Amino acid sequence: MEFAVLQAFNAISVSSILLLIALGLAFSFGLMGVINMAHGEFIMIGAYTAYAIQNLAAPAMVNGVETQNDLMFLLALPVAFLVAGAGGMVLERLLIRHLYERALDTLLATWGVGLMLQQLARFIFGAPNVQVVTPSWLTGGLVISDDVTLPAKRMFIVALVTVCIAAITFFLYRTAAGRRLRAVMQNRDMASSLGVATRQVDSLTFALGSGLAGVAGCAVALIGPIGPALGTYYIVDAFMVVIFGGVGQLLGTVIAALGIGSLNVAFELGSTAVVGKVMVFVMVILFLQWKPSGLLALRTR
Amino acid sequence: MKASHVFRFIAGPALSLALVAGCAPAAGTGGGSGSTIKVGVLHSLSGTMAISETSVRDATLLAIEEINAKGGVLGKKIEPVIEDGASDWPTFAEKAKKLIQKDQVAVVFGCWTSASRKAVLPVFESLKSLLFYPVQYEGLEKSPNIFYTGATTNQQIVPAVEYLLAQGKKKMYLLGSDYVFPRTSNKIIKLQLEAQGGQLVGEEYTPLGHTDYTTVVSKILAAKPDVVFNTLNGDSNVAFFKQLKSAGNTPDKIQTMSVSIAEEETRGIGPENLVGHLVAWNYYQTTDTPENKKFVAAYKAKYGQNRVTDDPIEAGYLGVYLWAKAVEKAGSTDVEKVRAAAKGIEFAAPGGMVTVDGDNQHIYKTVRMGRVRADGLIDEISASPKPVKPDPYLEGKNYPWAKSLKP
Repeated sequence: MEFAVLQAFNAISVSSILLLIALGLAFSFGLMGVINMAHGEFIMIGAYTAYAIQNLAAPAMVNGVETQNDLMFLLALPVAFLVAGAGGMVLERLLIRHLYERALDTLLATWGVGLMLQQLARFIFGAPNVQVVTPSWLTGGLVISDDVTLPAKRMFIVALVTVCIAAITFFLYRTAAGRRLRAVMQNRDMASSLGVATRQVDSLTFALGSGLAGVAGCAVALIGPIGPALGTYYIVDAFMVVIFGGVGQLLGTVIAALGIGSLNVAFELGSTAVVGKVMVFVMVILFLQWKPSGLLALRTR
Repeated sequence: MKASHVFRFIAGPALSLALVAGCAPAAGTGGGSGSTIKVGVLHSLSGTMAISETSVRDATLLAIEEINAKGGVLGKKIEPVIEDGASDWPTFAEKAKKLIQKDQVAVVFGCWTSASRKAVLPVFESLKSLLFYPVQYEGLEKSPNIFYTGATTNQQIVPAVEYLLAQGKKKMYLLGSDYVFPRTSNKIIKLQLEAQGGQLVGEEYTPLGHTDYTTVVSKILAAKPDVVFNTLNGDSNVAFFKQLKSAGNTPDKIQTMSVSIAEEETRGIGPENLVGHLVAWNYYQTTDTPENKKFVAAYKAKYGQNRVTDDPIEAGYLGVYLWAKAVEKAGSTDVEKVRAAAKGIEFAAPGGMVTVDGDNQHIYKTVRMGRVRADGLIDEISASPKPVKPDPYLEGKNYPWAKSLKP
């Protein structure tokens, strides 16, 4: 019973990470059709932002001896959103805007950008991994029994992703800017002729996607490594979730993350991490054979 | 941005700007013209392995600088030629070839992963050149063209298992990355557990770069081992230890013993996630020898006070000294003469006296068990009374259980 509770929580926890790393991509790839291979590097930028802010608060921090302010991590979330978002906006203005309607070119170009960002991180922060010290209010967890502890970090990430989804939904469906964004993504020419400044909307959408990647970076900094190559660990999963969910549909992304996360945990439990992952990939591939446009597809004419 | 990073930025591309291709004469006697002897330094300075390999490159360059300050070898200065293996195994082979044929280096110091070593091995053998390899590895290899300055299995993994069993930690869970080193190590550990009364309660491999260990941690907690023998490599360790800790585990519940986590990795994982856990190496920054005090001081002075030294860094450093000593003794940089001269050469390394074993070109090293401290450095908790003879194939009489082991 306890084990079942733990595994159920693990499923939600793995799903929340998948969802968080895929959310930003749901914008840049899902809505805009840009195969953004640099998405992982925006996650990395978010993680390094969290690291930089932590060190800003405690310049005395040497060799990971923790002396930092606990609340700095909360500050890191919006800052990472802004930093990664600004990076995304620059990338969109300089490069992506010239490549709309040329999906394969965006793949190559953003992959190159990703490599450059990785090397840039290596120059600025050095090749060895760095770490974000877990704030004290995120250490420990909810102790259910001797063997089962629900980690506070994981609960925080679940909460964070819930807040992100709520905020995005509100933005997309309750604000004028969100309405314009949806209009442009559904029918660019029509929106344009109705007076929507599509260039600005593109720029904003891409920045939003990148900013969300930055927030994801803060979250994965709590549970995984922070190094220049961090993004490469998450990019494949992010694409898998968005494609499985159906391009262009936020709800599809949410359901896909939950499905893949739960399946992954279930398969891995009965086998090994490698076999579990392979089985998830096989399931996704088979599903896409059956429904090539994913779980929820935008109806097209 | 630290000065050393600026240097890397400039040095990398500049050094690879050599232009001439074409046929080079048979290499091996090589080593520059006139007043210098060229040596190759081949590590990943970009890509996923850069995290570990850049610091070994730094240590190698420090040793070269020190030797040059004392007049070099054979009256000539050593001139390093640095190449980037880029964490890509074919690139390693290609760059090794370039160093040997075009730059005509006398020796190459480099590689980290077994995969990169296996990729360059045929190059060094066919071109009859020499590689000094600085990292602990899974054994079962002895190439006449490689000197192994890191530990082989009987200097790290086998004694680590013995130590754990002696502590009464008999139920073991084996966790490793899915490639040659962890799989070979675990094959050895399983034979050893069977022969020495241990019990295997689980075995799990995850892909390199795997970052979600929630289910693996649940499985470990459910299996209730005394100890997790950890051969994860690279960034996965960060995810594993963070998640193991946040699942409520402490070293007094389930202990871990790691063989790929040294001081450098500890910084990235976060000492608070590792404190109290065990590791096995031949050298720690805290190792108490006069040579080590000097080495740590020199390394920090050159690369920054916040840098740490660890086992592969030390092995990279001492390799240069062993080669220089062998060259002095041989009176030449000729590969065959250096190999012959290297037999039995001794060097007071930071981690204690090391001796080259002429038979297998590994070195005698002191085995040290360590425990991670709160500041990320490692305290030695047990050491072999004297340097242990390297036995890459576990053929010695101490290892009767390893008879069935095939390379």
